[in-house]
Amino acid sequence: MVKYISKRLLYMIVSLLIIITATFFLMRIAPGNPFTSEKKLPPEIEANLNEHYGLDKPWYVQYGDYLVRIVQWDFGPSFKYESRTVNDLINDGFPVSLTLGLEAILFAVAVGIVLGVIAALRHNKWQDYTAMIIAVFGISVPSFIMATFLQYIFAIKLGLFPVARWETFSHTVLPALALGATPMAFIARLTRSSMLEVLSNDYIKTAKAKGLSRGAMIMKHTIRNALLPVVSYMGPLAAGIITGSFVIEKIFGIPGLGSHFVLSISNRDYTVIMGVTVFYSILLLVSILLVDIAYGLIDPRIKLAGGKKGE
Amino acid sequence: MQQISKEKFQIVGVKASDAEKISKPSLSFWKDVFIRFRKNKLAMFGIVLLIILVFMAIFGPYMTKFDYASNDLMNTNKPPSSTHWFGTDDLGRDMFARTWQGARISLFIGIMAALIDFFIGVAWGGIAGYKGGRVDEIMMRIADILYGVPYLLLVILLMVVLGANLTTMIIAMTITGWINMARIVRGEVLSLKNQEYVLAARTLGASVSRIMGRHLIPNAMGSILVTMTLTIPSAIFTESFLSFLGLGLTPPLASWGTMANDGLASIQYYPWRLFFPAVLIALTIFAFNVIGDGLRDALDPRLRNKE
Repeated sequence: MVKYISKRLLYMIVSLLIIITATFFLMRIAPGNPFTSEKKLPPEIEANLNEHYGLDKPWYVQYGDYLVRIVQWDFGPSFKYESRTVNDLINDGFPVSLTLGLEAILFAVAVGIVLGVIAALRHNKWQDYTAMIIAVFGISVPSFIMATFLQYIFAIKLGLFPVARWETFSHTVLPALALGATPMAFIARLTRSSMLEVLSNDYIKTAKAKGLSRGAMIMKHTIRNALLPVVSYMGPLAAGIITGSFVIEKIFGIPGLGSHFVLSISNRDYTVIMGVTVFYSILLLVSILLVDIAYGLIDPRIKLAGGKKGE
Repeated sequence: MQQISKEKFQIVGVKASDAEKISKPSLSFWKDVFIRFRKNKLAMFGIVLLIILVFMAIFGPYMTKFDYASNDLMNTNKPPSSTHWFGTDDLGRDMFARTWQGARISLFIGIMAALIDFFIGVAWGGIAGYKGGRVDEIMMRIADILYGVPYLLLVILLMVVLGANLTTMIIAMTITGWINMARIVRGEVLSLKNQEYVLAARTLGASVSRIMGRHLIPNAMGSILVTMTLTIPSAIFTESFLSFLGLGLTPPLASWGTMANDGLASIQYYPWRLFFPAVLIALTIFAFNVIGDGLRDALDPRLRNKE
């Protein structure tokens, strides 16, 4: 277990290092310098600015400084908005994004599992087909299209929910639905196929033969085992929720980290793009690691130390 | 005793040689797959949908007298009508022509991404799987580490730096996209390379490239094909996602993503400008997804029984 975790941690750090290095050098070769604007700056001021942000030093010093700052959880300043740092943006926007993301995950997991279980229990009946059509629909419609249609129908045409902004709970309903739709569909499909697999096992037959009630059989013997693959999907789910939040927050005008990120992309605010990318990568890699560890703890059949190659 | 000639003992109506006859034509593996695939209604629906989409992508722009890039400032934001079948956009460009022009670009990006993933992935995974040992270890470790890099974030970053055009978009998508293919090919090659026919080929002195090209890759083609079919919709999705973030192709080029992004701004007043590209993105992704799923089920009937 310890060996496995330390090995995974090592991989994670190497992956992170690659992403940090890649962002650092990509931003250096990006066209224009950070202070390119409509007005040409006098050379003295530009030199001052460069000195202030440490841009006059050779690249390896800058790279080293950057790494040290990341370790200290300092993602650097914004070049477009003085006196705002990437840390400010994260502290500002991340709680909002986190709320939205958790709501979406809750929706995706709850509805996805229920749909999947119903589909498996009513295999090849109309409930199954309906659930799977919803699932294929959810997978095929990208989240931003789902979001705009939800917004158009439920907010603009029917007026049931607010169109945009982030104030009360009802403001969060449509964005969370749009963000959770695709993962919900994936979870429904996963749950269905793993339920069907579990249902064909002998111990289910034994449970039936013992005269166990259908409800007890499903709750105690089937769902528990069938949900394991769903747990392993939580890593990709986190990635989907994060990237999905960029467009969803843009569409619904939510002041989360995703919309800050999108804004920094259109402003070409390189340090913010860089900092937020690194922050997201850390978040993602850590959550994937946690999911994998949790998976190993939940399912004792999986020997963590084994890895996928059976070493 | 009267001699009875052997000819008199023939059974009437049945020839001994018939017992050995194969009454049904023997099915090759791919024919068998095709028969199973044809029974999958959803997948067949996907094929029909895809044929229509490809047909319209090729001929759609010629069906209307309007050009996809020319402005007509007298006719901006017109709803769908008999002259402009899908309406016009804010510069009076015909949406019908633009939509099918966009179909070409979206399909092109999807197919190119799948092809590039195929070439890199098959080479990488094939070599790693066939050589095994140290080479495999190193190559797959590199793949594992790259796999940890969040895909869309890297793509966004590359698009910001490289600037948006068709080439950079395809590069950005394939830079880590091939890893999935490499892993699948490696797994297949690992399980196939110890089979007798590979040994036979090796004994006969076949070169590595011949063994790969003639024996291993064709036998792994099933999984490769499924992966490619599922790469296309994800590339189309990524393209529209990037365009939606404002990192997409620049006008007058039209892709479904850029059109949807333009249409979003005016959804309250001119919903058709979003409707057509959005529905087409969803339909195309749907078609490729059900074809991919159908193909996977047809290739591996055991999987199907399990579901």
